[in-house]
Formats: sequence, structure tokens, C-alpha cells
Amino acid sequence: MNILNLAIIIPVLTAFAAAAAPKDILVKRISLAGSILLMLATGYIVAQFAMLQQAGSTEFMKMTSEANWFNLSGIKYSLGLNSISVLLLFLSSVILFTGILVSWDFEGDTKLFFGAMLFLATSANGFFISKDIFLMFFFLELAIVPKFLLIAKWGSGNRMYSAFKLSFMLMAASSFILVGLLLYIHSKSGIDGLPQTWDVTELMARHFPIEVQRIFFVLTFTGFGVFTALFPFHTWVPDGHSSAPTAGSMFLAGISMKLGGYGSLVFAAFIAPDAAREFSNLYIVLGAIAIIYGAFATLFQKDLKYMNAYSSVSHCGFVVLGVAALTRVSVLGAVMQMVSHGLITALFFALIGMIYGRTHTRQINEMGGLMQGMPFLGTAMFIVGLASLGLPGLSGFVSEMTVLTGSWQNPSFYAHWAVILAGASIVVTSVYILRALGKVLWGQLENAAHAALPAPYWYEKILVITLIGLIAFIGMYPVFVTDIIDNGLGMISLFK
Amino acid sequence: MSDYSYLILVLIVPFISFLINGLAGHRFSPKVAGLIGTSAIAVTFIAALAAAATYFGAHTGETAYTPIVALNMVWLKFSAALHVDMGILVDPISVMMLVVVSTISLMVHIYSFGYMKGEPGFTRFYAYLSLFSFSMYGLVVATNIFQMYVFWELVGLSSFLLIGYYYDKPSAVAAAKKAFIVTRFADFGFLIGIIALTYFTQSYYFTQSYDFISLNDPQNMAIRSAIPITFAGMSVVTWALLLIFMGGAGKSAMFPLHIWLPDAMEGPTPVSALIHAATMVVAGVYLVARLFGAFVFSAPDALHVVGWVGGISSLIAAIIACTQTDIKRILAFSTMSQIGYMMLALGVSGFAGEEGLGFTASMFHLFTHAMFKALLFLGAGSVIHAIHKNSISDAGGLRKYMPITHITWLIACLAISGIPPFAGFFSKDEILAAAFNQNMPLYIVGTVVAGLTAFYMFRLYFSMFWGKDNDYHHTPHESPLSMIVPMIFLAVMSVVAGWIPFGLFVTPSGGAHHGEMNLLVASLSVLVAVGGIALAMLMYMKPSDKPEKAANLFGRLYTVIYRKFMIDEIYLFISKNLLINGVAKGVARFDRLVVDGFINSFAWGTLMSSIGIKKLQSGQLQKYGFAFVMSALFVVFMILVLIK
Repeated sequence: MNILNLAIIIPVLTAFAAAAAPKDILVKRISLAGSILLMLATGYIVAQFAMLQQAGSTEFMKMTSEANWFNLSGIKYSLGLNSISVLLLFLSSVILFTGILVSWDFEGDTKLFFGAMLFLATSANGFFISKDIFLMFFFLELAIVPKFLLIAKWGSGNRMYSAFKLSFMLMAASSFILVGLLLYIHSKSGIDGLPQTWDVTELMARHFPIEVQRIFFVLTFTGFGVFTALFPFHTWVPDGHSSAPTAGSMFLAGISMKLGGYGSLVFAAFIAPDAAREFSNLYIVLGAIAIIYGAFATLFQKDLKYMNAYSSVSHCGFVVLGVAALTRVSVLGAVMQMVSHGLITALFFALIGMIYGRTHTRQINEMGGLMQGMPFLGTAMFIVGLASLGLPGLSGFVSEMTVLTGSWQNPSFYAHWAVILAGASIVVTSVYILRALGKVLWGQLENAAHAALPAPYWYEKILVITLIGLIAFIGMYPVFVTDIIDNGLGMISLFK
Repeated sequence: MSDYSYLILVLIVPFISFLINGLAGHRFSPKVAGLIGTSAIAVTFIAALAAAATYFGAHTGETAYTPIVALNMVWLKFSAALHVDMGILVDPISVMMLVVVSTISLMVHIYSFGYMKGEPGFTRFYAYLSLFSFSMYGLVVATNIFQMYVFWELVGLSSFLLIGYYYDKPSAVAAAKKAFIVTRFADFGFLIGIIALTYFTQSYYFTQSYDFISLNDPQNMAIRSAIPITFAGMSVVTWALLLIFMGGAGKSAMFPLHIWLPDAMEGPTPVSALIHAATMVVAGVYLVARLFGAFVFSAPDALHVVGWVGGISSLIAAIIACTQTDIKRILAFSTMSQIGYMMLALGVSGFAGEEGLGFTASMFHLFTHAMFKALLFLGAGSVIHAIHKNSISDAGGLRKYMPITHITWLIACLAISGIPPFAGFFSKDEILAAAFNQNMPLYIVGTVVAGLTAFYMFRLYFSMFWGKDNDYHHTPHESPLSMIVPMIFLAVMSVVAGWIPFGLFVTPSGGAHHGEMNLLVASLSVLVAVGGIALAMLMYMKPSDKPEKAANLFGRLYTVIYRKFMIDEIYLFISKNLLINGVAKGVARFDRLVVDGFINSFAWGTLMSSIGIKKLQSGQLQKYGFAFVMSALFVVFMILVLIK
């Protein structure tokens, strides 16, 4: 059996085991154990993958396996991992682990809640390890159900509206992708006698006529773009992220948006490279708009969660920009930004959740001087703020610098102005981060009850230290990540 | 060639000290934390002196100084050819800066034992100081421009943390944010400049380089080949270097990006001495000096801009300083003015021989200024420590109570005013001589500023140490030994630093230069300075209504100057009214109403059409029958039409 199957099997089995557990605390313990096991497994997979790269493997998709599934039209249960998905797979298991920790004090329908998270992880993992484009789509759709459940059942605010909005927009986006896929697959069958295939490596190797590429690329890139908050289809992000429970927001921003980034790169741009070049400028402009527009919109938010959600729009704009600029360095940066943003934003949402749990408010102007009452969480909040505004030594800096440097390598006039706008957004980011944190953490106490707040619990400490550790590791030793990614990019025909 | 790889200590030791104090500082007493921080800096001080001794000492003077890359490793790999390295570059200016940073940092560490005694965040303070020292050393020894940018951002962070040290004080938080955001805005230019410069210079080598040595190399055809590429009528190299200079201007508080520096005085005084007087704020000067070869060979226009920005900043700051009342803020404007001097000197400098005098003078002034300006701040801190107030109107007559502070401060004042034989005289004179040779208008600006400097410094001096006693809560007393010793040391330096023949060590080309003193320039500048001191003496030595009369003489103009030419108000208007309440609010509303409204209108449209369509399926047989007959007729009609 392909070891990649573990990434799907572990969370599913954990969910079943947890469902059979008689007590709530057991449900949590089993889920946590499962997530640790998953993290070990994906960690092992990363190590295996890195060893294959060291050994000089020249396949873009490694550790592959195939099994028949739909015999009808060549759809197969085929798995494989590339240098981009390997890191996202690990990220996904980290988010699951921290998401379970942050929900440790959850009360209510524990089985369903933790089950939803585990299924979300399953579908995200399945998406990242799919080599078959239909299988990938299957997992993409599967992920929408637990997201809807998490928001609609345990959300806050206008949760039904947000849940429906998110589901409908993502489903509409999926329908774009599906139409694109079907068009593509069928256009090719019979043209030069090659059999129909859904295999991504095979599709990358075939050269489709440019007319077909165009339709395919615009449909799939836009479709995946919705997942990664492509302007103007980003509006599910603020509502969805803000209404979701803390763990849900961590998943949405940490992993769900990365499905879009990964998809738009591997399942759109790499399969239709000529069209990707043609439409490069259009998406560069949309990416730049998302970056600067999102940053300014963030500046005006008064709710910490809305602030972080809008800031995700801005930060994911870097992913769009990097992918759209389509130089080897910019794509490298886009992938780094996916990993980095996943970690940073998950930690940010987790901390907002912890603060909410203590102060019972998310309104920036109802808090002040929290550093006095909670030095550990306050410091963590400050560090994650610094990561978000791109301070060197933390992961946000290296990834954003790579996107900016790489996008400028695209000789287009639009790319250069996009880099300038994106660079300006970093200034706006510092303004909104410091405005919010300056108000919440420093200054005088806004509410006397906040003078002494509960000290962090063990699960909160583990979560914070894990995520900050990873953020700092990537920020200080970026070569580890860039080597893995860049090795794979060298095998793509676009960059040869 | 010696091995300088031990200089890695200047990075590692402070960083470890930061980690120990930052992560485990609460486990031991504040004193231990202070000792850890101080001994870390002492190690770096020794390393810096050793490097200076071997680098300058081993030099015979017959050949030019050559830059040595002591260490270099890949840090951020964009591609196989393009990567950001981290390393240590040893050359005259980096060694000189190492000495400056480690000396001042060590003095400030010792001084803070006394000054910060009893503060609740004592350990945190030393942790931040270590972080700052680490970042500043990294900036100084950078081998390439990207490494410099990385540490540039980190010193910005340490500056932020230290300005906002009293984080429960809203004004300190506001000042910290202001400093960070203004410099971040400037760094945006820096970043774009780096990206553009390396991109456009690749055409020759087909690879890009961030390396200082290759960027400064006059033989570097990569830069040469990029000069003809223009954007908006100006060479892209000039654009890029100007953008990079924007970063330098932000950090060095040059007009119009200076607004953060006076507010940064909210930080504890030792911090002002270290970061906002002697080291971090001169990073902009250091940046231009670092890239001097690139400026002078590839973009002389940009260098011209540097000179003028320096001159204008220097003048504006000196004028404002004459009207301010807060002791530390006057010193802050004075710092801005003196840094303007250094920029001015770089702007009028050429590369080789006599023409390179400006460069030497700028570095010389950076060196001497660090000594006497740090002393001025430490002395001011000593006074504030004694009287617990920081306005000149709250001080007076202190010479009786604080004799050592008084004498050391007087020495520093004489040094900054350019009175021989104190340090400032020699460096300032060299700057003026360089300007005199190259650019007459800037020379005149420089001389005016020299007079103003002497005036406002002695205004401060007389108001603090002379005049009548204020009604102090308790009798002011001299500061403890830990504060006095660094001040005495710096006072000695403020005298002897000027006697160093800088031209033998630091020149743009690396070759030694034996300069002659320009007697005309020297005597004129001393005359102007003495005039300034005399005027200050007349007005402020004894309490009188002369200052008020003088202020009234200028009327409205005085108010405008007192309010710092309203530049803060302009910034506030742009940032608050235009950007936050205008653009940001507009974008946020637009997003909710228009973009989201557009998306929601789809949902609404779907809903409405479903309501419309569902009427068709009513279950009423006569309606179905009617529809069937009509459709059948329509089909028949179509067939008839098509057949014809």
C-alpha cells in the first residue's frame, strides 16, 4: 500500500474511534492522539520525499500509486506527491493538531465537532495527494460539507448566512472547475488517438491547442481563485472566517484557502502553461488589487476576527500574484507564502479565540492593556503580528520577499507595478497590525476586569509554541523549504 | 590577510544574551540580567577593537585598504544564481562602525545599571538592548544589500520595542508606532530600490547580485549597462538608488521623513543615546557610504539629491531646535541636524584623492558625533534622573549640584559647536571644507547651521546649568558612579576623537589621504560658533525677558517654527483623514456594499428566478393543457417557416 494513504486513513479511523468513545474527554484524547499520529506520518512522508529528492529523482510526482476506480472513463484512484503538496500536506496535519488543541475546552456535541474537523483534514489531505484530477475534485467538494457544518452549527454572529454564503460561493467556484475539467478532458479525446486521461502528470506532458487551454485555464484558475480569495470573489472570506468557531477559522484560512492556491498552480497553470502566460497580466492585476485593497479594507475593521480575515485576503493576494507572474522565483514565493500564511493566520485566529475566551469580546476598542493581564499570550500575539507584517526572521518576510523579487522578474509592466503596490501594502499591513495590537495589548486597561486573566493552559502553550517554532524556523532557515520546492519547480516545462 | 571570522561573535553573543534574558529573564534577578547583557556587549567590544587593531594596524599605508569577506553563507535562495547571503564584510567603514556601535553600546549598558535601577522591566530592557546590538552589528557587517535590509528591519523592531518600553503609557506606544510606520514607509522605497536595481543590472552578467563589492566596483559593467535604461526620463539606476536612499532618509530622520525622531524621545534616555543619537539613526548615512561607489559612478544625480536633502534637513532641524523646550527633543533635532551634515558631506564628495574629502569627513563626523551626542544624552539623562522633569523651564542652576555632569556636558557642547580642540571642530571643519570646494550654496547652509548649532546648544546648556534654581522637590544630587563613569569616558573621547587622522583610514577609494586644513573655512566656522555661543550667553545665562522679546520679534513665524513647521499636522491629515477615514473606510464600505452586493445579487437573482419558474409547475391541468397546445402550435409554425 502507498504510504500516502495514511494521510487519509488516519483521520478517518480516528474519527470512527472517537465516535465510539463513551466520554467527551476520551473523544478529545483520541482525536489528539490521531492528529499526533498524522503529524508523525506526514513528517515521515516529508522526510521520505526529501530523501527521494536528494537521491536525484526527476519525477515531478513522486511516491505514486494507481488503482482502478471508475473504469468508465479512465478515472483512477491514483496518488502522488510533489514538492509543493508535500509541504502543504504537513501544514494540514499541523493545523489539525493545533485546531484540536484550541478546541480542548469545547463543550457540546463533541463527537460531531471533532469528527467534522477530522473529515476536513481527510479531504484536504486527499486533495493534496491526488494525482488524478477527478479524485482531486472529489476531495475538493468533500471539504465543503464539514466547513458548512462547523460554521452553521457552532459559528457566531450571522452564522447561517455565512455558512450558506461560503458553501454557495465555493460550490459555484467548483462548478467552474468542473466545467473546465470536462471540457478539457473531452476536447483531447480522439484528437490524436491518445486515450482519455485524468492523470495530472500525463496532462502536463500533453500539449493542448491554445483555444482549449484558454477556456480551461480561465475556468479553473478563476474557480480555484475563489478558494484563495481572488478579487472580486473574496467576499466569502470575511463572513465565513469571522463566523466560524476558532478551529474552523484556522482550517478555513490555514488550509482551505491553500487548496485554491495549490489547485490554481498545479491543476490550472501547469496543465495549461501557454494560456497561463497569456492571461498572466489579468491575474497579476487581480492579485495586486486583492493585496492592496484587502490591506486597506483591513485597516478599517473593528473586530479582530474580521481584521484577520481581511488581512488573509491581502496576504493570499501574494499567492495569486506569485502564481500569476509565473516566474520560477515568484512561484516559489507563492508556495512559501501558502505555507507561511497558513501557519501565521492559524496562530492569529487561535490567539484571537483564546483572547475571546478570556475577555468575551473581539472588538478592538473594548480591549486595552491586555499585556499586563496575559504576558504570555500578549507576547505571542505580538510575535504573530510581526510575522504578519513581514518582519525578518519570521516566515512572512522570506515568502513575501520571494514573491516580490520573483514577480519583478516577469518583464511585464503590470508585474512591476503590482510589485510596487504589493510593497506598499506591507506598509499598510504594519499600520493595521500596530493599530490593533497597540490598542489591544498596550496602553491603559480598557476594562478593569482584564487586569488579571487566566494563565495559558497547557494545550494553549503547546499550540502557541508549535506554531511560533515553525514560523521562526522557516523565517530563519528558509533554505530548507526553498530547496524542497525549487527542486520540483525545475521539472516543470514552464521553467525549463 | 588576517582571518576575521571570529567577528561572528558580535552577532552570536548578543543574540544568545537576548534569548537568555528574553526567555528565562524572570528566573533570575535583574542585576544578573543586566550583567549578562553587559558582558555580552563587552565581548563584542573586545572583538571590535581587535578587528580594528589588526585591520588598521597591520596596514602599511602604501596600498589601498581592501574589503575582506570574512564569512558568507547562503540564507534565502531565490534560485541557484540569485540568493540572499548572510556574511561579514570587513572594510574601513564597517570596522569603524563596529567600534562606534560597541563603544556606545557598552557605555549605555553600564549607564543603564544606574539609570534604570528599580524599573519593573529592567530585564526586558536589557533583553531589548541585546536584540538591538545584535541587529545593529548585523547591519554594519552586511556583505550585501539584502542582508542590510534584513537587519535594517530588525533594528527598526528593536527601536520600536525600546521607544515603547513604557508600554502602559499611551504617548510612548503612539511614538513607537509612529517610528515604526514612518520608517517602514521609507523602507518600502528601500525594498523596491533593491529589487529594481538588481533586476536592471542583470542584463550584463545574466545573474543578479546584491553584493556591495560588485555594486561599488567602478569596473562593474552590470550597473554601467543599466544606466541607459530610463523610466520617466531618468536612468533606472538613479531611480533605484534614490529609492534606496529613501530608506536611508527614513531611518536617519531626514526631511521630510524625520517626524518620528522627536517623538522617539519617549523611550528611556539611554535608548535615545544609543539608538536615536549614535548608532541606528546614522544607518542611513552608513547606507549611502556603503553604496558610495554605486552612487558616485552610476548615479551622481542621486548623490546630489543626498547632499541637498542633508543640507535642508540640517537647516530645518537647527531652526526648530532653537525654539523647543523639551531637553531631549532639542537634542533630537540636533541629531537630525548633525546627520544632515553627514549626508551633506557625502553629497559633495567625489571618489578619489582630494575630491573624496566629503566621504572621509562624513564618516569622521559620524564617529565624533556618536561620542559627543551620546554624552549629551547621557548627561541629559543624568539631569532628568536628578530633577525628574525634562523641560528646560524646570531646570536651572544645576552646575552647583551636579559638577561632573556639568563639566562633561560643557565639553560635549563645545565639541558639537565646533570649538577647537574638541572633536566636533575637526570633523565639522572637514565637512565645511569639502562643501566649500564643491558646492558653495551647501557650504553657506553648513556655516549657518554651525552658528545655529552653537546657539541652541548653549541655550540648552545655560538654561540647565546656569540661571536661577528651580523649586526642586528635593535637592538635586550627582548621579551614581555607574552613570558617571560612562560620561567621563565619553567626555574624554569627545576631546581626543578629533585628533585621529581619519583620512589615513577611511577614504572612498581605500587609499590614504593627507588633508591640509583649510584655514579660511576653519576660522570662519569658529567665528560663527563663538558668535552663537555669545548670543546664547547673552540671552540665557541670567534669567531675563530677552528670549520672550526675541520670540515676539518673529511673531507668527516663531509659532510656525515652534510647531515644527506644521509637518506633523500635515502627516496627520494625510494619514488620518485621507488614508484611514477616506481610502480605508471607502474600501471597506465598497467591499461590503458593492462587491459583496454584486455577489449577493446573484443569490437574489437565483432566488427570484426560482420563484418565477416555480409558478409554471402549478399542478393545474388546464394550464398545462394550454401550454401544450400553444407549444404544439408554435412548433408547427416553426416547421412551416423553416420549410419555406
